[in-house]
Order: sequence, then structure tokens, then C-alpha cells
Amino acid sequence: MTDLVDFDEAVDRYDPVMGLEVHVELNTASKMFCGCSTAFGAAPNSQTCPVCLGLPGAMPTVNGKAVESAIRIGLALNCEIAEWCRFARKNYFYPDMPKNYQISQYDEPIAFDGYLDVEVDGEIHRVEIERAHMEEDTGKSTHVGGATGRIQGASHSLMDFNRCGVPLIEIVTKPIVGAGAKTPEVARAYVKTLRDLIKALGVSEARMEQGNLRCDANVSLRASADAEFGTRTETKNVNSLRSVERAVRHEVERQAAVLDAGQDVALETRMWHEDTGATTAGRPKESAEDYRYFPEPDLVPVAPSREWVEQLRGTLPEPPTQRIRRLTEAWGFSELEMRDVVAADAVDPIAETVEAGCAPQSARKWWLTELARRANEQGVELTEVGMTPQQVESLQKLVDDKVINDKLARQVIDGVLAGEGEPAEVVDARGLAVVSDDGALSAAVDDAIAANPDIAEKIRGGKVQAAGALIGAVMKQMKGQADAARVRELIVEKLS
Amino acid sequence: MTEILHRTAAELGADIAAGRLTSEEVTRAHLDRIDAVDADIRAFLHVDREGALEQARSVDARIAAGERLGPLAGVPLALKDVMTQVGVPTTAGSKMLEGYHAPYNATVTQRLLDAGVVILGKTNMDEFAMGSSTENSGFGPTHNPWNLERTPGGSGGGSAAAVAAFEAPLAIGTDTGGSIRQPGAFTGTVGVKPTYGGVSRYGQIALASSLDQPGPVARTVLDTALLHEIIAGHDPLDSTSLDEPTPPVVDAARSGDVSGMRIGVVTELGGEGYAPGVEAAFGRTVDQLADLGAEIVEVSCPNFEYALAAYYLILPAECSSNLARFEAMRFGRRVGDDGTHSAEDVMKLSRGAGFGAEVKRRIIIGTYALSAGYYDAYYGSAQKIRTLIQRDFDAAFEKADVLVSPTTPTTAFGLGERTDDPLAMYKNDLCTIPSNLAGNASASFPVGLSEDDQMPVGFHVMAPARADDRLYRVGSALERANEEVWGGPLLSRAPELKGAAK
Repeated sequence: MTDLVDFDEAVDRYDPVMGLEVHVELNTASKMFCGCSTAFGAAPNSQTCPVCLGLPGAMPTVNGKAVESAIRIGLALNCEIAEWCRFARKNYFYPDMPKNYQISQYDEPIAFDGYLDVEVDGEIHRVEIERAHMEEDTGKSTHVGGATGRIQGASHSLMDFNRCGVPLIEIVTKPIVGAGAKTPEVARAYVKTLRDLIKALGVSEARMEQGNLRCDANVSLRASADAEFGTRTETKNVNSLRSVERAVRHEVERQAAVLDAGQDVALETRMWHEDTGATTAGRPKESAEDYRYFPEPDLVPVAPSREWVEQLRGTLPEPPTQRIRRLTEAWGFSELEMRDVVAADAVDPIAETVEAGCAPQSARKWWLTELARRANEQGVELTEVGMTPQQVESLQKLVDDKVINDKLARQVIDGVLAGEGEPAEVVDARGLAVVSDDGALSAAVDDAIAANPDIAEKIRGGKVQAAGALIGAVMKQMKGQADAARVRELIVEKLS
Repeated sequence: MTEILHRTAAELGADIAAGRLTSEEVTRAHLDRIDAVDADIRAFLHVDREGALEQARSVDARIAAGERLGPLAGVPLALKDVMTQVGVPTTAGSKMLEGYHAPYNATVTQRLLDAGVVILGKTNMDEFAMGSSTENSGFGPTHNPWNLERTPGGSGGGSAAAVAAFEAPLAIGTDTGGSIRQPGAFTGTVGVKPTYGGVSRYGQIALASSLDQPGPVARTVLDTALLHEIIAGHDPLDSTSLDEPTPPVVDAARSGDVSGMRIGVVTELGGEGYAPGVEAAFGRTVDQLADLGAEIVEVSCPNFEYALAAYYLILPAECSSNLARFEAMRFGRRVGDDGTHSAEDVMKLSRGAGFGAEVKRRIIIGTYALSAGYYDAYYGSAQKIRTLIQRDFDAAFEKADVLVSPTTPTTAFGLGERTDDPLAMYKNDLCTIPSNLAGNASASFPVGLSEDDQMPVGFHVMAPARADDRLYRVGSALERANEEVWGGPLLSRAPELKGAAK
């Protein structure tokens, strides 16, 4: 068992420094350097050609759309865009990389020197961006025959090169300093803000659980804010927002224990394990390969014209923190309400629901309560829960029109999620409409009065607040499908 | 039959188009010639007898149906085995790729097929084009038709020897440091290295991507130009391919006119280390050009001195990376796959067994030159020299329209003579390497036999990038003048090969 120091104590004694590397898989139709499709889920090796298989004689050509996406990401991160840059070869032998070099960028990235503002507890942290560069993804190995699915103990490995050559943008931050105890939250907020930005740009599906967006977290500790940086570890396999925060927190706690024990933190990569909430040692960095980078001679340099860059700047979406501020005001939410909305990842669904015509507070209510609970139960993202913003708006309209009440609305949601159709269809099919027909209600009220003579007597005697018990009885009889306000009116009429 | 073999490609193309000859009989004549003499020459690694005849018949049928094809339709060609071609093996002269079949055609291959050029087979070469004598082939050396004890040069010795031995009127070579031009000089054939980017590299198994350039090989200047025109032009599959029209090479090859042209003799490319017979032939040719109305100037390119050193860093660096894909996991020869070795061991064993000594030497040098801490001193410095050489060329082309030198310091050397001395071997390429480093156009034309050994001498012409046509103007003028003196093409003076009597 790894020794850990309590987090508060750890950040009391040490100053954490963090660097984050995020790989974004672009959603271009074809690969980075050939015309093969990038569609997910095709039969293994069905989306390959001589270029992405690295066959003798084949050579790459650059996907212009991927360059455009890279520039837009760079601009959205407030980066400088290189006037001229080259690809480079990163040389190492690995079975899932058929050329045995990866085409990447080295000292001439397409975008550099930017920043992204992220908000934690109402406070803005500016995360400085070192660079964003273009590269190609590798293939995928499946190790067969072992107990763990890892290469150790496997009898053989299967290779799928469909992913090989899919365009990636790697975004690297400068060292993030001064976040102190908030470091794990800043990490999460950064990845989340970046993910939202990428989504808003429309350049990637940006779904962490599908590996469209992958994060490596570099963490080190130092004695104080003016000391030199300590030895860092690079934690890989951090594949959810929650994991980003937990992994950084864990590394702070673990490294503090190592340092407290008078030992040195090893320069190494570490693997994050979601199940145990801990990291384990990967490969030591000392023996890391010398990648022998050199400019890729098969590709001419990329030289985006300033006109093109400015034209792309015109296509950028509103910066995420600015958008949140604008929406808080427009929707009339309190800071606290908006913070919950952001934390629940509900900004986009609410925005779309409001756009469909729903009152902001009503939209917030459905997304943050009923739908959030169901998404949580299903273990999916809010947007995947199975109800569209338009359906939420229709639902609220049925409530506003008094066709159903809030309680019945929950059953309507169940119906929509069960695939029974649009909210109105569910109401019809399940017979959920509220009864406001006086004939039926009057009979039910009479029954309730007859069954509860004591309570009826109290109301006759002026204790109108006792009507609640009779209303309850009526609602019970009507299986909840009664207009409660009308029931109250009828009781008061009959007993006065 | 001999009559067919000695005709030029242009003549054969015209005869086939006019119905005076069929492609099938022309192709058959060359296949028979290969049968007769290639046991001595060993120009071919693979002869595609059936495929060639089938292609020939298809061209004949199209012509019979009234289709108008290009000027070389139906004419046979020998393809350097570094180019992929569906249906036949592609080995790049390496045991590593013994039996390998590529699933796609190189752009050059495809353009030849589209033009109706008949591909007879694949020619021998130094392994992965590393060498200057074809002795580094994994499948044994090729012999020079002028003297079977001598090398035909390299790496494209097979293509040059096939053309010189009348086994094919046309061939494709690739030139990284002289692999088209030096074999041209050694065998008395014409070889052109087009401007870098002029001919697509897609499907050429890469040696050094920033230097490699495919080009035409033939016995006459016009044939070379006609072939050049077929294979050149923009290819979207090669990022470094030039997106502009091919220079008017065929018109230039027909012009034969150098009057008023300024011809720059590079002072650094001559003197010590150059054979007297080579220098004499070179001097005679320069005088000839002056007589034909050209203006002769002297130019100095001081940085050419460093070209060889820069080349032997840039080339190994790029090839160490380009050859990483040959690890027997997905294709090629696999060694040690017996259940007792890991994938990594199989990679090592396969590369150890599949690659020859010269390939290993260059991979090791290149890996070292790119290593952290050495990059700036080696690869970085070499790139700076490359820039200086480009500047030398720029300055020289201010004073001259083309530059000239001997193609090689000596005529063809003996088989086995330099195999133990890599540096002596590398020095063969002194004159040809600068053009690869600068990416401009250059060519070797046969200008007679050396008084020293009666072996052919090549005259090297260098033109600015995108001005490939100037090479052909010089070449055609010399060819016209020389054939008057010689009473026919130089190769008509080559000794008769003994197999031909069979």
C-alpha cells in the first residue's frame, strides 16, 4: 500500500506545480496524412491504405481540414499561429506504429504562447499554454491470452490500424504554479473548460470516455513557492474529469509521503487506476528513448497565410468563462445556482432548452434534478440521458398549461426515456392528464367529505388549513391526476 | 531482330503507332535479347515475360482499334526495382524484401502503364539504392556491357546496363546522389535527374526523402526527354511534388542548339583525383560547345568541397528513419519467428539477417547523427552546408545558364576494386551530389571513350531548378555533333556480347 499524506497537510508543507498535456482527436472525415475514413467502430483494419500502414514507398500528404482545426484551437487558446512550421519525425520502434516513427511537430508547433482562463469557486485562474501541435494517432493493440489483457502474459497481440493516422492535436500547458490547495480543482476546471471549448469549436467529439480527449498530468512538489521545481511524475490514463482531479490530488499526497520520508521522487510515468483511485509506477524516464526528432522530409512546411488565420479567427465561439458570465445574467441565476449548473455539465442542455422557449429556472429544475439523477443512475453524461432539450421544453409547457403537474411530469419523463414518444404522446398513452372536470372532481370531494366527517367539521368551523388532508384524500383517489387548486376551491365551496 | 533492338524508342513508338511494327514483336525481341545476354549482364532481378507480352498485345489491340496513344506506347522499358508495381516482386535489391509484392503501383509505374509503355521487368540495384556499383545488391552484382569485369555504376546499375546492353531502349532510375547519372556515365547512356519534385516519388521505396528523385534513362537524348515527359508532372500523393507544368524537355531535345548559351565550368570539379582520359574528354567537349556557339565561363563553387560530408550525414539520418519500417512484423522476410522469440527479438534478428553491411553502416551512422546531443553538430551543420551549396549554385547561375563538369572522376572501375574502401566508393559521387543537395536538375550525357581504358566518359550538366529543358538543349547539341564525328551512336561501338551470338 502506497503511503499517503493527508492532502491538506501535504499542501501545507509543499507547493504543488502541475503541467497538463491534453490530446484531442479531431473529427475530420479523413486521416491526418491519407484519405482513409476516421469513422469509429469499423471492422479492424478496414480503414487502412499503403500510407497509414507505412508500406514501402508510401508517403504522407497533409489534411488541410486538420490544419484548419489546429489553427482554430490555437486561436481559441489565445495562441500565436506560426507563419511557417514543419512536421517532425519522432523515431521509436513500436508495433502499433507501422512506420516506426510518428509524424508529429517538435520545435516548430503550429500554435504557441497562449492561455485559457478557468474558473474555480468564482475565482479566475489563468492557465498559460506552451503550445498546441499536430500529430497522428497510433494503431491499437489487443493483447490476447493473458489474464489481465496486458502484454505481460499474453500469448499474442492483435493489431488494428484503423486509428493509425487519425489527426490529434496535443495541447501542452506551461507549469501551473500558485494554485496551492486548489491545484486538483484547477486541473479539473482546465480540462473541462478546454473540453467545452473544443466542443464549441466543433473540431472534435471531445468525449473523454471514448478517448477523443486524453489527459496526462505532470505533478511535482517543492518546498516553497520560491524554490526550484521538484522532480515530476507524468500520470497517464486519466480518462474522466473526476479522474483528473483525483489523480492530481493522489500524486500530491503520494509525493508528499515520499518527500516526508526523506526520499527522492522518481522521474517516471505513472498509470492512473480509476478503480483503486491510485497511481502505479510505469516506465522510468531515465531509460526513456531518444526520439531522434528531425524535420519530416516527406512533407513541405505548413505556412498558413495571415488572411486565412484572420478569417478563421472570425469563426471562433465565445470564450467559455465569458459565456458563463453572460448566461448567468441573462438567465437571472445566482452565482451559486450557476456554479451547480456548471458542475453538473448542464450549461449546454439548459441553453438549448431555453432557446426552445422554456423559462430558465424551469429548464434548470428539470436538468439538475430529475434528469441529472437519471443520468447518474445510468452512468452517462447529461446530454446522453435520452431526453432532448426540445422534449424538456414540451414537458414544461404541459405543466404550464396545467395538463399535468410536476409529479405527473416525472412519469412523463419515465415514458420518454422508455422510448414511448414525445411528452404529449406519453401523457395520452399513459392517461396522465390532470382531471379538472368539475363533475368527476365534485364526486371525489363528496366521497372524501363523507369518509372524513371530523375534518369536514373542522373546516366548517373555520379551520381552512385542515383542507390539506381532504385534498390528499382526493388526490389519492384520483391517482394524483387532479388539479389540486380546483380541488381546494370545491372543498371550500362545499363546506362554507 | 537486331534492327529492332538498335532502333531508338522514338522510332519504335512511331513504327508501332503507324502499324509498321507491333508492340508484341518489339517486346518479344527485347525479351529474347534478355534471355540471350542477361546471364552475363545480370541487369534484371525479375523479368515479367507474360505480363509484358500481355501488355504489348493490349497496346496493339488499342492501336488496331484506332486509338491514338502517346509517342512511347508499346515501347518496352526496364523498371528499377525500387518502384512498386502490382503483380511482380518489389525488393529494392534487399534480401529483406525477397518475395515481397506491393499492393499498389508507384505513380511513375502507373503513368508508364497509362502511356502504354511496356514494363519488361525489374532491374538490379544497390540495396535500398545505397551504393555506386550495384555490388551492394542482395542478389549479386550487375556487369558493365562495355567490359564485364567492370561495374556499371550504381545504384541504378541494372537500369543503365539493361539500356546499354540493348535489353531495353528505356529505363527508369532514381537519383539520390548520382544513381542515375553515374551509371549513365559508366555505360555510355543518357541519364537525367529532374528537378526535385518534378517526378513523383510516391511508390519509390525511400532512401533519403529530401534527395531522392526518379528520372529517365535511355540511349538517346530525345528518348530520354519523351520518357521524362511521361513520368513528370504534379502528383497529389507526393507533398513535395511541384504543382506546375513540366519544362518543355521534348522541344529542347529536338533543338540541338546551344548558340548564345552561357556554359559555366565549375573550377572545383576537376584536377587532382580526376583521370587524365576523363579530363581530356571533358575538355574536348567544352571546346565543342564553344564551337557550337556557346559562351564558356569559369565559375567557382567553393562550398562544393563540403558536399560529400554533408551528404553522408543527411542521407544516413533520413535513411535510418525511412528504413525503420522494415522490421518483418507486417511484410518482408521474417527471421526467428519460432515461438521462442519476442516480437522485439524477431525485429532484431530479421533486420540483422535481411540488411547488408552498407545498409547497416548507414543506419548506424544516421542513428548516431540524429541522437540527442549530436544533432546540431552533425545533422544541423550538414543542413547549413546544404544552404551554402544552394547559394553557390544561385551565384553561379547568375553567370551561367548551365554548369558543367565530368560526371565522375574516373571511368567504370573494376568489380570488387572498391568494395573494401567505402570512402573511395563515396568519392565517385563528388560531382553529382551537389545537385541533389540543392534540388536542381542535372544530367549525364555520353561524350566518348577515355583514352586511358576505352571506357565511356560522361559529361555532367547542371541547370537551375525547373529549367530541366536546358539540360536537353546541351545534350542534343552534343549528341548531334558527336554522332557526326563517330558516325553513329557511341553504343554502336560497344563490344558485341557473346550471348548475342546464340
